Amino acid sequence: MNKLRLTEERIAQLTDKARLFRIDVLKSVHQVQSGHPGGSLSMTEILTVLYLEKLHINVNDPTDRDVDHVVLSKGHGSPMLYRLLAEVGYFPKEELMNLRHINALLQGHPTNHIPGVDMPSGPLGSAFGAAQGLALAQRLDGLDRRTYAILGDGEINEGAVWEVAMSASKFKLDNLIAILDYNKVQLDGTNDEIMPLGDVPEKWRQFGWNVIECDGHDIVDVNRALDEAIAAKGKPNMIVAHTVKGKGVSYMEGKAAWHGKAIPDDLMKVAMDELGGEM
Amino acid sequence: MPKALREIYGEVLRDVGRENKDIVVLDADLSGSTKSAIFGKEFPERFFNMGIAEANMVSTAAGLAAGGKIPFVNTFTVFLTTIGLIATRGLVCYGNLNVKFGGAYGGVSAAYDGASHHALEDIANMRALPNMLVICTCDENSTRQATEFAVKHNGPVYLRLSRETFPDLYQAGESAFEFGKAKIVRDGTDCTIMGCGIMVHHALQAADILAGKGISARVVDMSTIKPIDRDMIERCIVETGAIVSAEEHNIIGGLGSAIAEAMATMDVHAPMEFVGTEDTFTESGKYADLLKKYKLDPETIAAKAEKAVSRKK
Repeated sequence: MNKLRLTEERIAQLTDKARLFRIDVLKSVHQVQSGHPGGSLSMTEILTVLYLEKLHINVNDPTDRDVDHVVLSKGHGSPMLYRLLAEVGYFPKEELMNLRHINALLQGHPTNHIPGVDMPSGPLGSAFGAAQGLALAQRLDGLDRRTYAILGDGEINEGAVWEVAMSASKFKLDNLIAILDYNKVQLDGTNDEIMPLGDVPEKWRQFGWNVIECDGHDIVDVNRALDEAIAAKGKPNMIVAHTVKGKGVSYMEGKAAWHGKAIPDDLMKVAMDELGGEM
Repeated sequence: MPKALREIYGEVLRDVGRENKDIVVLDADLSGSTKSAIFGKEFPERFFNMGIAEANMVSTAAGLAAGGKIPFVNTFTVFLTTIGLIATRGLVCYGNLNVKFGGAYGGVSAAYDGASHHALEDIANMRALPNMLVICTCDENSTRQATEFAVKHNGPVYLRLSRETFPDLYQAGESAFEFGKAKIVRDGTDCTIMGCGIMVHHALQAADILAGKGISARVVDMSTIKPIDRDMIERCIVETGAIVSAEEHNIIGGLGSAIAEAMATMDVHAPMEFVGTEDTFTESGKYADLLKKYKLDPETIAAKAEKAVSRKK
C-alpha cells in the first residue's frame, strides 16, 4: 500500500499503461467480436491504480489468506480485469486474445477458476454480497486487509445491492471498499432513461457509508480517493467514481450502444489510431 | 423424546462450532425458528443475522467461504431455495464454494402458514445445480451425522430439514447416515419403497399395510438424493422387481425423478410409481391433515406399491 503522493513520473507511467490496457482490451473483444468494451474502458484508471498502486496480493500462492481481495461485481467488465490480472502476473497477457473462446481460460464473465479471481460474477448485484463476506472473513481472521468491490451504475438497479448497503453498514465493515463506476449509461440507455438513480452519493451516505467522490479517469484523484477509503474507520466505504462509458474512443464515449457491441474492423482502426495502437 | 429436526440441527451446529472455529452461521431473521440461534447464542462473533435478505445471505456466505470459512446459511426452505437461488447458482455452485444450506421447513412442515411457505420444489432446484449435494434425512441420528458430514465435505451441501419431529429410526451410535449410500431399513421381496425424510417412516407403515395383503415390501432410506445410490437402485430392481418413490415434494424433479433417471440408463428395469405432491400447490392446515390430503400418507404409498406390483410382467 502506497500512501505517498504519486510522482510526476509515476503518474505519466500509469497514464500510459492505462492507454495500453485500453488498446489490449479492445483487441481482445474485437478478435472474438463479442464482449463489453464500454464498461471496460470506463474503469480503466480505477483498475490501473488499484492493481498497480494499492493491492497487497500474492500471485504465487492462491491459498494465502493475508491478502486484499477484488470482486468485479460488474462482471461484464471482465476484459479490463483480465488485462490487469495479466499485468500483475497471474497469466500471460496473450490469453486475452483467446477471450471467450471454447476451451480457453478467460470466460465471458469472471470465475474463480481463473487465477487471480476470487469470486464468480456476472449476474448483477449478486457478487457484491460476496465481497462483504470476504471482508467479514478478513475481519474474523484479524487481518489488516481489504476487499474491493467494483459496481456498475446499472448494477445498482438490483435490489441485492441495497441489501448490502444495509448490512455492511450494520457490520461497520470499514475494510470493504466499494467503487461505483458511475458512467451514467447502462445497456438500453442512460440511467435517467432506464432507471433514475437520484442523488447517488447521498443515498449511500444515508445508508451509513463513508462516501468519497472522484474523477474516475484522473489517476491522481483515483489514488487520493482510494487512500482516503483505506484510512477511514468505522463505516464501509463507497467511492463514487465519475466516469465516461467508452472513455478513450471518441465514437464510444457516453454511448449506450457500445455497452456490449462487437467492433467492426473500420471502427477498430479508428480506435487504434486514437489510442496510438496497431491493428 | 425425539426432537424436531431443526432443533437437532441447531444443536449440532453449536457442537461442531465448538470444535471448528472456521464455522460461521448466517440467518435471515428466522434464527429462532431455524434454531441457528442455538449457535448464535454461544458464538455471537461468528453468527450473522442478515435481516430478511436471503439473496444477500447466500452471497455473503459465498464470500466467507472464499475467505476460508465454513458458512451455514439458514432460513425457511422455500425462501432459501428461491430467493437464495441466484447466489447459490452463480456464486456458490459455479465457484464450488464451501457453503452449507440448512433448509429448515422442508415439504409442508410450515403447515398452517400455507402454500406460500411450503417447499415442494426445493429438491428439484438444488439437485439441478452442478457441484451441489442434496441430503434429506429422517431422524435425529441421521440428521446429526449428515450435518457432521456437511462440515467435513469441502463444497456445497444442501440439508433438507423439517420443522417437524420425526420418530427415531436409528439408534445412537449406529451408522445412521453414510454419504451416497442408501440404507435398507426393512427387507422385503415383492417391491421396494424408496423414501426420504418423513416418508421413510410412512413407507414403514405402508409396508405393514402391504404385509396384511400378502405383499412383502422392502423399505430403503434414500437420505442422499444427489448423488443417488445407483447400486442400491439396481439391486432393488433385481431383487424386488417393483419400485415406489416416496417424498414430501413435487413428483417432478425430486427423489422419484432421480431414481427414474438412474433406472432409465440401467440394463435392468422395473415398474415404478411415484408418491409426492402431484404438481399442485397446497394450503393451510395441520401437518398430519396436509400429509393425508396431499397423498403423502402410508395408505397412498401402499396403494401405489400394489399398483407397481400389479404391473410386473
